[in-house]
Amino acid sequence: MAPLKSGSRLEHVLRSGRFAVTAELNPPDSADPQSVYERALVLSEVCDAINATDASGANVHMSSVGVCALLTRAGYEPVMQVSCRDRNRIAIQGDLLGAAAMGVRNVLCITGDGVQAGDQPDAKPVFDLDSVTLLRTARLLGEEGRFLSGRQLDVPPRFFLGAADNPFAPPFEFRPLRLAKKVEAGADFIQTQYCFDVPRLAEYLRAVRDLGLHERVFILVGVGPLRSARAAEWIRTHVPGVVIPDAIIRRLAGVPAARQQEEGKDICVEIVRQVRELEGVSGVHVMAFRQEQLVARIIEEAGLLPRQPQKR
Amino acid sequence: MLDRPARRAHAGARLQLLRGLQDPPRLLEAAYDVTAAALRRVRRLLVPGSGAARFVAWTERVGKGAIFDCRMCGQCVLHATGMTCPMTCPKQLRNGPCGGVRADGHCEVHPERCCVWVQAWDRSRRMRACGEDVRQILPPLNHSLHDTSAWVNDLHRQELLAPRAWPR
Ligand code: SF4
Ligand code: SF4
Repeated sequence: MAPLKSGSRLEHVLRSGRFAVTAELNPPDSADPQSVYERALVLSEVCDAINATDASGANVHMSSVGVCALLTRAGYEPVMQVSCRDRNRIAIQGDLLGAAAMGVRNVLCITGDGVQAGDQPDAKPVFDLDSVTLLRTARLLGEEGRFLSGRQLDVPPRFFLGAADNPFAPPFEFRPLRLAKKVEAGADFIQTQYCFDVPRLAEYLRAVRDLGLHERVFILVGVGPLRSARAAEWIRTHVPGVVIPDAIIRRLAGVPAARQQEEGKDICVEIVRQVRELEGVSGVHVMAFRQEQLVARIIEEAGLLPRQPQKR
Repeated sequence: MLDRPARRAHAGARLQLLRGLQDPPRLLEAAYDVTAAALRRVRRLLVPGSGAARFVAWTERVGKGAIFDCRMCGQCVLHATGMTCPMTCPKQLRNGPCGGVRADGHCEVHPERCCVWVQAWDRSRRMRACGEDVRQILPPLNHSLHDTSAWVNDLHRQELLAPRAWPR
């Protein structure tokens, strides 16, 4: 096993060759820490690390830095998402140092959805860095112990760096090359957008293997349950980058409304089982928007339990 | 006489005509290289801040504005972006498309427009020499160079084209 670079438990799981499971925590619209702990408790039993999203979909919630502060305090293993939409390089570098000081070891560097997607479309979009330059900046802090400006750090942070990718959005031939950029810039692991189209994913992975990237980066495939045919239709028209094939919507619509949530969960379990078989897939990333109670069932029914306890 | 919106639409149509020059990108790539070579000859005249440099900036604003919808970022990277200006992407992404590109190839932010990076990728496949530059990792933008001439910066201010600690 290669030496660990960060002390991250997620890194440990991945490098030891085990199939990893991460899950997304939906940050509360609340100033009460308990609302974070309640959600973390459900997830931590069944996954190796918990993603703290950074105003995903450009909707304001408790910040990822705040959620991570609470999670590390209680001994959980967070993946801190950092988006380029809301902060410039000065704020981001500062947050990365602060996060490392709190015990955050996993950082997911993403571009971020446009402000138009969220509840404050009148906000100023920042995008001073992009996901690739953010990755390289984070690596610079950790490996060279320097800020972008060249100024030296006293104690550099140690990170296990992640990036997102969307194999399901055009331009398809460019996506693997863009992944190569991210790996080159410092990505150790990847969490993909929701996968509802396994053949498309398989094609993407073929190109990724041709570039030899599967040996340089751990790929965790994004999965999640659809609540109903109507919800699926809404998501695919309103959430940027999520592609849901007609066949899935037809299958959901084919069962009575009261059973659609169960069917959505079943589809998700099937997808987990299928992607697990693909060469180059190191884990899954479960995102269940407002359906946290389903995460444990999905992971259990997909045969991914038991997992090592997360709490220190 | 046309009223104002109509005039603007008219000017828009004229500009669109020039934008058509972006296909095929080979022609532009060649034109760009010729201009760069010519400017390199008179390098010494183009001191940043001089009248000559301001004149070059003006020609860039007008010429590249008409063809590429140039936003005068001061650090031209058209070779690495399929001769498609990355600053016209609503997120100003210089290293490739975001994850929000729509299934029809349109932009997440402006659904009525084609994604800048879908065009950039497509054009990079049809470039003559530098098409593979699209794989390069570009540094974050130096915002202090906004509104200055990218040609002049390229000749005289290389050290400002990436943050100091950026690997070169
Ligand atoms: S990259 Fe910068 S200089 Fe080049 S066309 Fe775009 S805005 Fe203008
Ligand atoms: S969809 Fe394309 S043009 Fe629109 S923000 Fe994303 S990368 Fe830029």
